[in-house]
This record gives sequence, structure tokens and C-alpha cells, in this order.
Amino acid sequence: MSEWLENHLPKVVLAPSFIAVLIFVYGFIGWTAWVSLTRSKLLPKYEIHGFIQYERLFDSPRWDTAINNLYIFGALFIVIAMVLGLLLAILLDQKIRVEGAIRTIYLYPMALSMIVTGTAWKWILNPGLGIESMVQGWGFPNFEFDWLVNPDYAIYTIVLAAIWQSSGFVMALFLAGLRSVDGEIIKAAQVDGIPTWRIYTAIIIPSMAPIFLSAFIVLAHLAIKSFDLVIALTGGGPGYATDLPATYMYAMAFSRGDIGQAASSAMIMMLVVFAIVVPYLYSELRAKND
Amino acid sequence: MTDLSMPQTQTRSQSNTSKIALRWLLYILLGLFALYYLMPLFVMLTTSLKSLEEIRTGSLISLPREVSFDAWKTAWSGACTGIQCEGLRPYFWNSVLIAVPAVFLSTLIGALNGYVVAQWRFKGANIIFSLMLFGCFIPFQVVLLPMARLLGMMGIAGTIPGLIFVHVIYGLGFTTLFFRNYYVTIPAELTKAARVDGAGFMRIFWSIFLPLSLPIIVVTVIWQFTQIWNDFLFGVSFSQAGTQPVTVALNNIVNSTTGVKEYNVDMAAAIIAGLPTLFVYVVAGKYFIRGLTAGSVKG
Amino acid sequence: MKRFAFATVSTLAVVAGSSVVAEPQAEVLHWWTSGGEAKSVAVLQEEFASNGGTWTDMPVAGGGGDAAMTALRARVLAGNAPTAVQLKGPAIQEWYEEGVLADISSVAEAEGWAEVLPASIAGHMMCEGTWCAAPVNVHRIDWIWANADILAANDIEMPSTWEEFNAAAEKLQAAGVIPLAHGGQSWQDATVFEAVALGLGGPEFYQKALVDLDPEALTSDTMIQVFDQMRTMRGYVDENFSGRDWNLATAMVMNGEAAFQIMGDWAKGEFLAAGKKPGEDFLCASTPGDGYLYNVDSFAMFEVEGDDNRAGQELLAKLIVAPNFQEVFNLNKGSIPARTDVALDAFDICAKISAEDMGSTSAGGSLLPSYAHGMALRGSQAGAITDVVTAHFNSDMSSADAVQQLADAVANSY
Repeated sequence: MSEWLENHLPKVVLAPSFIAVLIFVYGFIGWTAWVSLTRSKLLPKYEIHGFIQYERLFDSPRWDTAINNLYIFGALFIVIAMVLGLLLAILLDQKIRVEGAIRTIYLYPMALSMIVTGTAWKWILNPGLGIESMVQGWGFPNFEFDWLVNPDYAIYTIVLAAIWQSSGFVMALFLAGLRSVDGEIIKAAQVDGIPTWRIYTAIIIPSMAPIFLSAFIVLAHLAIKSFDLVIALTGGGPGYATDLPATYMYAMAFSRGDIGQAASSAMIMMLVVFAIVVPYLYSELRAKND
Repeated sequence: MTDLSMPQTQTRSQSNTSKIALRWLLYILLGLFALYYLMPLFVMLTTSLKSLEEIRTGSLISLPREVSFDAWKTAWSGACTGIQCEGLRPYFWNSVLIAVPAVFLSTLIGALNGYVVAQWRFKGANIIFSLMLFGCFIPFQVVLLPMARLLGMMGIAGTIPGLIFVHVIYGLGFTTLFFRNYYVTIPAELTKAARVDGAGFMRIFWSIFLPLSLPIIVVTVIWQFTQIWNDFLFGVSFSQAGTQPVTVALNNIVNSTTGVKEYNVDMAAAIIAGLPTLFVYVVAGKYFIRGLTAGSVKG
Repeated sequence: MKRFAFATVSTLAVVAGSSVVAEPQAEVLHWWTSGGEAKSVAVLQEEFASNGGTWTDMPVAGGGGDAAMTALRARVLAGNAPTAVQLKGPAIQEWYEEGVLADISSVAEAEGWAEVLPASIAGHMMCEGTWCAAPVNVHRIDWIWANADILAANDIEMPSTWEEFNAAAEKLQAAGVIPLAHGGQSWQDATVFEAVALGLGGPEFYQKALVDLDPEALTSDTMIQVFDQMRTMRGYVDENFSGRDWNLATAMVMNGEAAFQIMGDWAKGEFLAAGKKPGEDFLCASTPGDGYLYNVDSFAMFEVEGDDNRAGQELLAKLIVAPNFQEVFNLNKGSIPARTDVALDAFDICAKISAEDMGSTSAGGSLLPSYAHGMALRGSQAGAITDVVTAHFNSDMSSADAVQQLADAVANSY
């Protein structure tokens, strides 16, 4: 008996988590799929009515906006946060005197909840209160920075604040990566007289491939779940120009009492996640096994 | 590659001046970015030190004319979060009661899971791992209603154990990922040798792996603590009177709809609510980078 | 700590409960958390306590109750509903249909609510003939607030038609004043929209279009005019209005940056808090046109176990509608009592106008529920309309397109 236990202990240890994930992730996804086929309003109902909720969803101009915003926001956020994070990490890696302090400054936004930093951002970005009026006050009356109130550009202010919040974390990931690159190789390259930028592009950055993947997972997860940020900064406005699927779903489920509709939008979101994450997981885990 | 770049090697004096210029450029760049990151905190701090009158009449991003800490006092112990006007203080403790056990449990379970997935691979372990990882991406709004139902059936709805349970469940994906990526870098020979010496599964974990894990524990704890402390959605849905965490109280202060808005108190409350996480980042920040360096990101 | 206190109290109640009369207790979910509001609710709690009740406070602010509704759903699904919940409008009936509301008819009949409440407001408190909610106050939505000095300086009267409003706005714009202070959040857009719809179309049109959702009214020429007026008013708003909180817009009127604001009577609280006097520093009037749009806050009682809780619900319902609480609460909140027999001596001029208009419109059938504040329609329909209104106001969509989208959105919302 005890020998059996010893042999199977790894599985026994993993089992509770596995069961929990099966129920609380996949079971709930299944539940959502079911509810998305019903006409649930205030509370979930379980009588199936076909694909009516999906038809309503695809007829909704607001959903179109939300899903387009997710592509714009997701792509810009992930790419810029990665590039900026890498850049900051490289700059910080140049034996900077007050590195600790600067690093903390770059990192702290991750620690604060968006419920309130959103308000600060709202003021800073508001043309009448923040940067625009400040720069105009310095004697540049033609300076314009009105993204927040412009329906075509408001989504970029969400990107700006999201990058503010997360790029420090990405910087930390990359900085850690830079520190763990073998110093001998770099020294050898320097001795050979290879310029610094070549050392970075040809040696260091390629060796950090796994970190790009880790950063991607963290950022993608943040992008898809972005919710507080939008609520605090624009409330989805002007109009519903900055709606994202997560805010759409929340509005349907909880302020409008339209749970069936919310479930169908959640299913589409899950499909998008699936399409992005599964190829990543596949390649990641295959590479590991080799 | 080397051939091409050889002729570009510069003379010593040239490289010295350009080096100094570069250095300056570097610091200016770093400083500019620091401004970008500090701006919102600056606005929050200055606003929290102004009087309501000054906020109403003055520019929102100017320095306070008269510094006053009244708003801080109000936010901590006097602001109304409902009919109780005791500020954030009573809710702070709830958050500690939720965050500490939840962080501890999810880290411990994550460590064990990561250890199994990285070192005791069995058939299907990778599939289980990817299934768990995919769980990181589930939008939390989706799970609110079925979770409420299950918590009710388990009899822990509205309680602190209920909230701890929820946070542990949805933290597992990330904690397992962190530990797995860390333990994967530890040579499998170590485990093998220990087994030859007769050490069992738990013994190897406790006396070999856990002592090696300090850096990654720091990373995981920081990540989980930030997530759980700042959580609002679970906190508001799965709490009842007396178990509401600090973010719900903060939201009550900040997001009242039809009353008079006291922005100075809002901002002070926000900073107070964020202090524990800020503290963790400032104090443990150094270990954070070290922990990440130690292998979690090498994948 | 509060939790432990609560646990002790309920244990005591259980121990004592077998022999003594049930001790009323209530867990109350609400979103009145700002200073003035909290003080008002505290009045209720004190009365509740002095009648032997134990009040457990469950405040959840945010999004005009969205966050509280999220918590409520989770609690109901967990089988752990709060005793009393701040609910309003058709949402009361929606929850009733889910079979989770308690019947408080015995209190309502004993207290004679039917005699003291205006019929249309009483209607919101009834579910299939039984009383299921207790009204707290009446907010009027169709208010227009103005800076008295600016109007005097530009020789402008409070407008009584939308044409007058437009003329005044042009004049103010020429004089370099922002005519309309507005915050571009969807609910604020909707607030202006419903005031315009009521004013231009009249009470009957409002009823047909925004209460009955009659497709003909929704696509009528009148509706096109309403959107035209919204487009015109978009020109009277400053450039930076997007996302502005309503109280910052009120501050613009106070500081003399802007002349008018269209907002419910909670805006009055903001003026008063800044030490401004109604009638002297700022003016209040109903928006141009006939009718009265109300937003009635109320508490619904949920089906709960235990005599203590039921006793708590009955006591709470009784106290909420009692004259004392109705007066004290509404003095604090800027609204007026829901019951019509409370003396208004302590109230200001704006509240008196509101009460008088409520009486006359109730008699004339033009006392109407506000759609923008969730009194007229169920969530998904109201939301569908707001989506179109706010999209139109924040883009260059034509009125004809807006009307078409409105009809589509309403049809798609069931």
C-alpha cells in the first residue's frame, strides 16, 4: 500500500488541483456555453433556445466596436509594452548609479489598483485639466492632446495607461533575463570589438526567447482581462468607443440583466483566447519535451 | 560579423567624449521615463494634500497651496463607506485575513504542482499542465455566477474562507507556471541521485527543492499578493457585511454616485489601500529581480 | 470585528428567540456611501436600533448600483440573500418574477401606504397586487440648473421652451460663456435626451416612445426632432466634456464657466455644499415643456429565513415610509419625500417646486418614470436605447440613422 502511494504520490499531489481546474475552469466554461444557448435574463435559466443570443450579439454595433477595440488594444499594448520593457531593461543594465530607485519607480504602477489611478489618469489626459492645458499654459497655445475626448483616439489612451501599469513588470522580466546571460560570452564579444548594439541584437536578445514568451503570456492575460482600466478611465466612452469584450460582458450580465447575451459574448472571448493561447502552449511545451 | 564591425572601432579620445554624451543621454532618457511613471502618483499625492476648496477652484495638477493631512485622517478612520464612517481601517484587516492565507496556500500548492510537473513527469502531466495554464486566461466575470452557486452549496458563501478558496483556485495557474519554470532548470539528475539514496517524493521536495526555492517564492508571493490585495470583483461578489475587503471599501468611498465628491479623500484612500502592495514592491523589489533572474523566466 | 459582534448577536437571538418575541434584524445592501447619503441612511439605522433592531450594513457603491447588483446576484445564487436591498423601477418586478422577493403587504396596509403615495409611484412598489418594496424618496430628473449671475449679466430668463433655450445658448456662446455644462458619460447623455424627448414630444409621446417602446413613436418625426435638438446641444457643450463626472459639470456652473446644466436634483447638494443659495446664486427650473420625470429610490425585501429577519423587514419597511425618515432623509439628499403628506417647511425652494409639480402632474397624468435612471424600462431595453443615444451624441451620426438604429436596438434587446 505504502509503496503504491510512494509511486503514485506525484499524481495524488497534482490531483486536487487538476480536479479543481476541471470544475472551476472547464466546468464553468461548459456552464457558460449552456447558458449562452438560453434566454436567461436576470438569473440563469437552463431551457435551451438555440443560437438566438449569438444572433443578437452579431447584430449589435456595440459588440463590433468592442471586439475591434480588443484587437487594436491587445496588439498595441502587447507590442509596445514588450518593446518598452526591453528598452528600459537595456538602459537600466548599463551600470546605472541609482538603479534600485529607478527600478522601483518603473515597477510600482503594478502595485496600485486601477480603481483610483484611473481617476488620476482621467485628469491628466483631460484636455481642459491636464497635459494639454498645462503645455498651453507654458506658452504653446496650439498644443493639442485631446485623445481622451475624441471617439477615434480614446482607445489609445487606454493603451497608454495600460502600458504605464504593466511595462515595469515586463522590464523586470527582461532585466532578469539580461542578468542571467552568460557574462563570458559578452566579454568575449567585446574583446572581439563587436559594437554594443550588435552584441544585444545578435547575442543577448536571441538568448532571451523564453522570456518573450513569459512576457507574452502575462501581457495577453492582462489584455484580455482589462476591465477596471476602462471603467475607471473612460467608462467605455465617449459613447461606447472604448468598450472591450470584458466590459461589454459585464454590462450585459450585471447592469442590464441580460445574462444569456453576456454568456454568448463570453464564449466568443474564450474562442479568441483559445486561438491565441493554444498555439503558444503547443509550441512551448513541444520545445520543452525535445 | 566580426570582420564587418572591426573597422568601426574608434580611437580612445573620441570614444571618451561620446561615452560621456551617451551617459548623459542615458540618464535623461531614464529620467523622462521616470516622469511618465510618477505622474499619476504625483497627481494623487498632491490632490490628497489639498483642501476641497482648492481642488474645486484650482488646477488639478498643480502643487497644493496649503498642505493638509486632514484627508488622510478622514480616509483612514473617518470616511463613510456606508452608514459606518470609520474609513478604511476596519476593512484593512479583512483584506489581510484574506490575502495572507490565500497567498500562502496558493504558493504552497503551486510549488508542489510545479515540482511534480517539472521533476516527476508522468504520462499526461504536460496536458494537465497546459489545461491548468489555460485557466489563467479565463475572464473572471464568467465564473462569478456559477461560483456563487457552488460557494452557496459548500456553505462558505460570503465568508472569508470562501474568498480564500476562490483566490487559491484562480491563482493556481500562475503559481504552478512560476514554480514549474523554475524547477525545470534544476537538473533531473539531482532527483535521481536522491532517489537512489532512498529519499522519497516529499522528502526530496522538503529538503532539496524547497530550500532552493527562495527566489521564486519571492516572485510568486509578490505576484499573488498584488493580485489578491487589489482584487475587487471577487471581493464585491463573494463577501457580505463584515467580510468586505479594503478594495470594496475604497470603491465605496470613491465611486459614490449622487453625493458630493471629496477628491482629496478619494486619493488619500487610494494611496492608503495601495500601501501594502507598494511596500512589498519597494522592499522586496530587489529580491523580485533576483528571483526572476534565478530562473523563473528562463523557461 | 464587526463580524464577530454580528455572530454574537445572532447567537444571542437564537438562544433568546425560543421564548421571547423575535428581535428584528436586517442586513441592508445599498449604494449610498457618500457623506451626505450615508448620514441620511444612518438616520434610518438609528430609528431601527431604537426600535430594538440590529442593522448590519452592506454598502456597495459604484456605477449607479451596478456593483451592488453584481453582489446581489451572487448572494441570491448562493442562497444567501440580504434582508433588504436598494432596488428601483421595473427591476423590482423582475426580481419578483424570479420568486425571491418577500411580501410586505401587511405592513403597507397597516400603515395605509396607498393613501399617502401618488398612484404612479405606488405602482412601482407593487408586484401582482402585493406590496413588495418601500419607497424612500422622489428625485426629479428634468431639472435645469443655472448660474444666476451669468443669466443676469447676459439678460437671459430661464428658458421655458427649447427654442428659447437655443436662443439663450447662442447668445451665451457669443458672449464667450459655455452654454451647457455636461459630462459625456452615457447616463448623463441619456438624462439630457429624456428631458429633450419629454419637452419636445410632450408627455404622451414620452410615454409611447420611452415607456411603451411603441415602434411608431420610436421612428416618428418627433423622434428625429429630438435627435436634431441633441445634435444642436452638442454644439453648446465645451470640447472636454467626455467622461467628465456630473459634479465637475456642476462646478462649472458654480464657477461661472458655464451657464446651464441639465441634471437630477442631487446636483443641488453640490451647490449647497459649496455654500451657494438657491434663488440667489443658482436657479432651478424644470426643463422646457410639460411633465415630470421621477426617479424613486426604494428598498425591496428578499425572501429570508427566520422570524428575526422577517421582523426586521417589517420594521424596516414601516420606518422607511414613516414621515420622520422621509423628511430627514430627503433634506439631506436633495430629493423630496415620496409620501405627499409630509410638511415641506424645512425644504428649500427647489424642493417645493418639485413637490408642487409632482402633485399637479400626478393629477394630470404627466408624472412619468425616468428611462435614463432605470424607472421606465427593464435593463436590457433601457441599455439598448442609451447605447444609441450616446453613440449619436458622441459622433456625427445623422438623426435619421439614429432613429433607425434606435428601432433596431430596441427590437434586438428582447
